[in-house]
Amino acid sequence: MALLDFASPPVSSQAAAAPRDTLLRRLLRRPSAVVGLIFFALIIAMAASADIVYPDDPLDMVAQPFLWPGQDAAYPLGTDMLGRDIASGIFHGARVSLLIGAVATLVSLVIGVTTGAVSGYYGGRLDAGLMRVTELFQTVPPFLFALAIVAILQPSIPTITFAIGITAWPSLARLVRAEVLKLRHGEMVAASIALGASDGRIILLHILPNTLAPVIVSASILVASAILTESSLAFLGLGDPNVVSWGGMVGAGREVLRTDWYVATLPGLAIVAAVLALNLLGDGLNDALNPKGARR
Amino acid sequence: MSEPVLAVENLSIAFASGRTTRRAVHDLSFAVDRGETLAIVGESGCGKSITALSLLGLVPPPGRIDGGRVRLEGRDLAALSEAELRKVRGARIAMIFQEPMTALNPVLTIGEQIMEAILEHERVGRAAARDRAIALLERVHIPDARRRFSDFPHRLSGGMRQRVMIAMALALSPAVLVADEPTTALDVTIQAQILDLMDELKRESGTAVVLITHDLGVVAQHADRVLVMYAGRKVEERATADLFARPLHPYTRGLIAARPRLGSGRFGRQRLVEIPGTVPSLSGRPSGCAFAPRCALAEVACTVAVPPLVAAGGGSVACLRSGDVHVPEHRREALDA
Amino acid sequence: MFQSIGVKPLTPDPVLQVEDLSIRFQTGRGTVQAVSGVSLAIAPGETLGLVGESGCGKSTLGRAIVRLIEPAGGRIHLAGQDITHVPRHRLRTARRKVQMVFQDPFASLDPRWTVGELIAEPLHIHAVGTREERRARVRDLLHKVGLPQDAAERTPHQFSGGQRQRIGIARALALDPAVVVLDEPVSALDVSVQAQILNLLSDLQEALGVAFLFISHDLSVVEYVSDRVAVMYLGRIVELADRETLFRAPAHPYTRALLDAVPRTDGGPHRAAPLAGDLPSPYAPPPGCAFHTRCPMAVAACRTDRPQLRAVGPGHSAACHLAME
Repeated sequence: MALLDFASPPVSSQAAAAPRDTLLRRLLRRPSAVVGLIFFALIIAMAASADIVYPDDPLDMVAQPFLWPGQDAAYPLGTDMLGRDIASGIFHGARVSLLIGAVATLVSLVIGVTTGAVSGYYGGRLDAGLMRVTELFQTVPPFLFALAIVAILQPSIPTITFAIGITAWPSLARLVRAEVLKLRHGEMVAASIALGASDGRIILLHILPNTLAPVIVSASILVASAILTESSLAFLGLGDPNVVSWGGMVGAGREVLRTDWYVATLPGLAIVAAVLALNLLGDGLNDALNPKGARR
Repeated sequence: MSEPVLAVENLSIAFASGRTTRRAVHDLSFAVDRGETLAIVGESGCGKSITALSLLGLVPPPGRIDGGRVRLEGRDLAALSEAELRKVRGARIAMIFQEPMTALNPVLTIGEQIMEAILEHERVGRAAARDRAIALLERVHIPDARRRFSDFPHRLSGGMRQRVMIAMALALSPAVLVADEPTTALDVTIQAQILDLMDELKRESGTAVVLITHDLGVVAQHADRVLVMYAGRKVEERATADLFARPLHPYTRGLIAARPRLGSGRFGRQRLVEIPGTVPSLSGRPSGCAFAPRCALAEVACTVAVPPLVAAGGGSVACLRSGDVHVPEHRREALDA
Repeated sequence: MFQSIGVKPLTPDPVLQVEDLSIRFQTGRGTVQAVSGVSLAIAPGETLGLVGESGCGKSTLGRAIVRLIEPAGGRIHLAGQDITHVPRHRLRTARRKVQMVFQDPFASLDPRWTVGELIAEPLHIHAVGTREERRARVRDLLHKVGLPQDAAERTPHQFSGGQRQRIGIARALALDPAVVVLDEPVSALDVSVQAQILNLLSDLQEALGVAFLFISHDLSVVEYVSDRVAVMYLGRIVELADRETLFRAPAHPYTRALLDAVPRTDGGPHRAAPLAGDLPSPYAPPPGCAFHTRCPMAVAACRTDRPQLRAVGPGHSAACHLAME
């Protein structure tokens, strides 16, 4: 213990040695995070450029069915059984996946962080009550829960987003609660209370910013799992019928899997790439935000 | 004079991080005789704790010994294999730590842990080991030792845990006991008990003690000799009484004068003598004397080269201006006024 | 000269007065009476030292005074106002008068804020001054605690322990409090830096006339900074006297044992044998005098009757059956 101050030189000198050691810089030092970042950037680029590259509705039938990838230069990834352009579908599908992933995660963040913060900060009966609710949510498998909600509300982008968001927050709430609890009884909060700071001020200005690192990391994982959940729902036919989605494409391609496997495989690869990218990014962020535990 | 039990010769310890290597301990030499207590004193980051670990061949990576050697009972520790080192550790040289709770295994009873230490090194039966463990608990004055034997560490107070650590360290009658801030985590009345116990055991068994501490009061009452470290180097080494009567290094003098002592006045009447600035970090050590930037006596020569250790006052000191260091005018004057 | 200070009567209007304060904690192992019937008063500009071993309740008492812990009984008066049960959100004006400095300057400062923001935080909370005035106040405080002006732009981790403690002190002084509770303010610091902080506190007290409640386990430090000293053992004050009396002629055997246990550097006469035994468990404090299990002088009465804190001399009280006038 007494060694600690020794083995790691005082932080002041570290800061002096590398004054501009930003998060991005630390992230870029990790190869896996760079791969994740590149894939993620590609998917964002696809989503952003979908309307320019493929201005037509991806659900339109544009060519003869079952064009294999590379068979026709105009349709580099081929067409499906209805003659829809698979490349266009993947581009537009990226939008849906990202949109649902981001908004659902936002919903989870709002519910999870609020619950966790209030629970951890106030403790007592409020904490016990909120944690029982959280456990209630955790006893139902989130995917089945989301499935049930979408089935009842009719599948559309808002309902799917809501269903994913409302089922994914409990883990976040527990994480935030644990972090808040750690800080709640520390001297930093005691010092703020002694200065006369209100609870809201302490939570918003002192506690939450200091729990940001793990929250950012789990948010990136949550986006990935939201994309996966959306795809699964769409695969089961519970996607928004008016938009193209990766999961829906995989579901449609399932029937021709033995003869024209590319129809299901290509959007499937898109899902894999997106989820992998976000997980790698999450890992990288975790290491970059906790430089001490980064040695592997 | 016979050979000292423990001799450290020109020891250097370096930490490598990335492409830079920083030296935590420079060219450190000292020796301890049987039945003697040598105190190593310094502030955080002076290198005293890493020095303690190096005595057991326990420098944690990325640190490593990059010069000099440690000789225990005439044997060079660096020449020993890891298996041989394990045999030496505990049996010939043992260590106790500041926080006994972290050094004890929470899921074993204290008796079992002492037995383990014995069985690890000696071919004795479990019953014999058990008897010896109980005898050791009695020897460190743990009341009702037979019953305490089966207590888990968390059931004991901090002082009791430190007694258990001492019992464990003494289980194999080592030649050298290294104590790293053994009483820093304890209350003052308990500290007195533990230090007295260590003195008593040392007298009985003739164990040499290396006492690592930042507390000059502990040093004054329990050490025979004192080695003062600053920024990885020995700056002064003297017999305890000589050091307190007439410190030769300005840093030593500063340390003594910076502590309020019982029986002195109150602030406003006579200020404590401050040492300005802070202890330099491992990376920000100045060239020349590391203490020069904080030293009132520093002159140009001090910043050019590291002052060599020279014999003085019955010991040694590394200061160009040690001739000008005076005994601090104690606050006694202010009290008498 | 010291005598005159020794008998300095409490001013009729103590800035802080604690009466018969009790604090209990409910834990998994039962109820702990952390503080029992403690009464003390601090005069404006005075330093009261509060000393004792771990678990004696000194920090709990300090935290109750700044209302971080709710007392189970008793009263806390701050500049004449009873703040014992004022709800936290209505405590604002009182808050400005009592502030706290914590032991760990690494844990008590938000690592994400700049030093300027940290020092200005109390001004923000209490809506003091304009933006420009607050900035000027921060500059002034940095100067007062001996930190460079450019410190305001940096974050706490760029400072050493001693400098961080200066930041904590600047923050506690931002609202011009009448009392500052200092909870082990130098215990985490290197010896050479302790002196800087102790001298700083002395200068600030002289310049600002602020009163200190100085909580520490370190008797040498307490003697150095205090006008009067209270000694606590297992939740109670066992002796209270001016510094000179307490350190020269302690009346309670526990105080004497504490003083004897401090290792000295001056090679003075060898001390008496240290106290035997450990602190009793706070869950099951001994009956009678809580100290009787370790007291070398204990008599039969000590095991059954709890001694009250009573006057044993001018401005000197002790809770011991054997203490003489």
